[in-house]
Amino acid sequence: MTLEMLREVVRNVLPQVDVVIGYRQGFDPLHATPCFITKPEQVDELIWNPLCVQNLCSYLPFLNKKVGVIVKGCDSRTIVQYMQEKLIRRENVKVIGIPCRGVISVNKVIRAVNHQVVEEVKFEGEKLVVRTSEGEKALPLSDVSPGKCQTCQLPTPLQADHLVGEPIQSDKPREKVFEDIREFEKKSLEERRKYWEKEFDRCIRCYACRNACPLCVCQDRCIAESRDPHWVSQRANLTEKFMFHMIHGLHLAGRCIGCGECERVCPMEIPVARIKKKIGMELKELFDYIPGINPDDTPPMYTFKVEEAKIKEHEL
Amino acid sequence: MAETGFVAKEKINILLEALSKKFHVYVPTLEEEVVLFKIFDPEKTLCLTRPANLAPKAVIFPQGDALFTFDFHKDTEDPKKVSVELKENLEFAPTIIFGCRPCDAQGFRIYDRVYVEIDTPDPYYKGRRAKTTVMTLVCNAPFPGCFCTSVGRGPADKDGSDLIMTELEKGYFFEPITEKGKEILKESGFEDGSPYREEAKKAQEKVSSAVRKPFASVDGLPEKILSLFDNDQFWEREAAKCISCGACTYLCPTCYCFNITDEQVSRRGERIRSWDACMFFHFTLEASSHNPRPFKHQRLKNRVGHKFSYYPSKYAGTIACCGCGRCIRYCPVSVDISEIVAHAQGVQG
Repeated sequence: MTLEMLREVVRNVLPQVDVVIGYRQGFDPLHATPCFITKPEQVDELIWNPLCVQNLCSYLPFLNKKVGVIVKGCDSRTIVQYMQEKLIRRENVKVIGIPCRGVISVNKVIRAVNHQVVEEVKFEGEKLVVRTSEGEKALPLSDVSPGKCQTCQLPTPLQADHLVGEPIQSDKPREKVFEDIREFEKKSLEERRKYWEKEFDRCIRCYACRNACPLCVCQDRCIAESRDPHWVSQRANLTEKFMFHMIHGLHLAGRCIGCGECERVCPMEIPVARIKKKIGMELKELFDYIPGINPDDTPPMYTFKVEEAKIKEHEL
Repeated sequence: MAETGFVAKEKINILLEALSKKFHVYVPTLEEEVVLFKIFDPEKTLCLTRPANLAPKAVIFPQGDALFTFDFHKDTEDPKKVSVELKENLEFAPTIIFGCRPCDAQGFRIYDRVYVEIDTPDPYYKGRRAKTTVMTLVCNAPFPGCFCTSVGRGPADKDGSDLIMTELEKGYFFEPITEKGKEILKESGFEDGSPYREEAKKAQEKVSSAVRKPFASVDGLPEKILSLFDNDQFWEREAAKCISCGACTYLCPTCYCFNITDEQVSRRGERIRSWDACMFFHFTLEASSHNPRPFKHQRLKNRVGHKFSYYPSKYAGTIACCGCGRCIRYCPVSVDISEIVAHAQGVQG
């Protein structure tokens, strides 16, 4: 796929919609930023490369317009989930899908260059070449990609009105998807408690994780800020922080499509996606269900069966 | 006593240990991959090579500050009679913020005008501020997103600091700015700084030109931003990608808005002053359920407007943004406040 192919598709889609959401270069060479294209002359601002990390679908439920949106494979599960939960009118969305070979984790790149200021970024095959005042450094994309890319099962979008480029098959083994969680669970309960206390202690409750989450649809009505009911107080202590993250995780049970936005946006670098992934793993084992795959599915927490294959309620 | 001080790099921890005997010393500390201001702990890693992720504002303006506790008592003779016992703590420990950046220190000057230099000063902020000595590290390079020189400041500015320190080849040069700063130099651990004065001066001058300049000047900016107040189209365009979280405001060294809540369990509780963020829907939600800023573009307009128009109009032209760049660096979608200002300047009429 070339950038020109993408721009051509966007030029064709633009007259059919009010806005097309894509990516443009951000404030420095390492950051892309969402751009909202309403005029043909803006199309040339579009970029497509492994910097294009944001899940642009997150804007859809809040835009009462006809929208074109650029989606990667992982992002496309958001569209499916929105369809299941009737959060978008599918006919109002033109999905411009791009088969994706993986994005970067900005934090991993910054660490790889030891926090030196990045002056230039180039993409050469499977490598990211980063220039700092200390010279150029070639980083294999697989070393600096987020966890979700390292076990990606869906490089090609499930939903696409226009697919830009040839579909890609995943070359990542399916059984490795939850490997990190299984590994983590080998720690003792006490070790895990200590780990999470240390991590959540940094939380500043800026709610970036919540607001960036495409499935956190309560947004302005979030129970974390509600005074009545008053489940979480304004105290800046570990208990309240912990409580908020548990709420976030549980409200996404069977709905989290694993885009990892919550973790990517955290200014305190707390691995909050791990909570959701753990719940996702439990849901997979309990209900044999993966969210955001089939628009006709009902999320397991949205329904009820008298007999569940793996819940031995009646034997109690 | 020497007018300036010097501490060799390998002796910084010795200095901090000595200061810790008299003060609560907050230093930029590496917590996993993040740099936060924490009480000095020789077991942890001191990080002076990059600005902290979070401005040190919480030292003087805590995120959730218990202003007082309350305890309701029922009269055992007459249960209808209830009295309330209030307790507040206005005793603050001598504190040092060590190794913050000039932008962080300037943040406190933005707060001082609002919380101290008024007829009814805020006793909590004022108390902590008076007890705190700010020891600022001059920047030796700009960081991604920084734009301090565009807002009329600079990487070696002294405003808000009690003492500034400059990194030299072999150590740090300390230069007092205020009386509090001079007092610190009397503590043990400092060598005479005068042989290093010239080297420090050169180091301080070097960085300024390297800072990016997204806009040339702030002349006429408060008026310009205000003139766009009713231009919804402009603000909608600038705010389109904003996800309305509070990362920008919470990380910001100059954002000082707060919420007040009573957090009560049974008959006891605390009145908490906690950070608020104008990017949140609830920020202006009124008891009637009316919200004057229901849309995110109105809220982003407020954030930009407060820093670049309303505050300077009230406080002799002082721009309430120090250009630290944190809101840009850590924004989930890279909203760039300096770009918004530049766009505002470019609007004709």
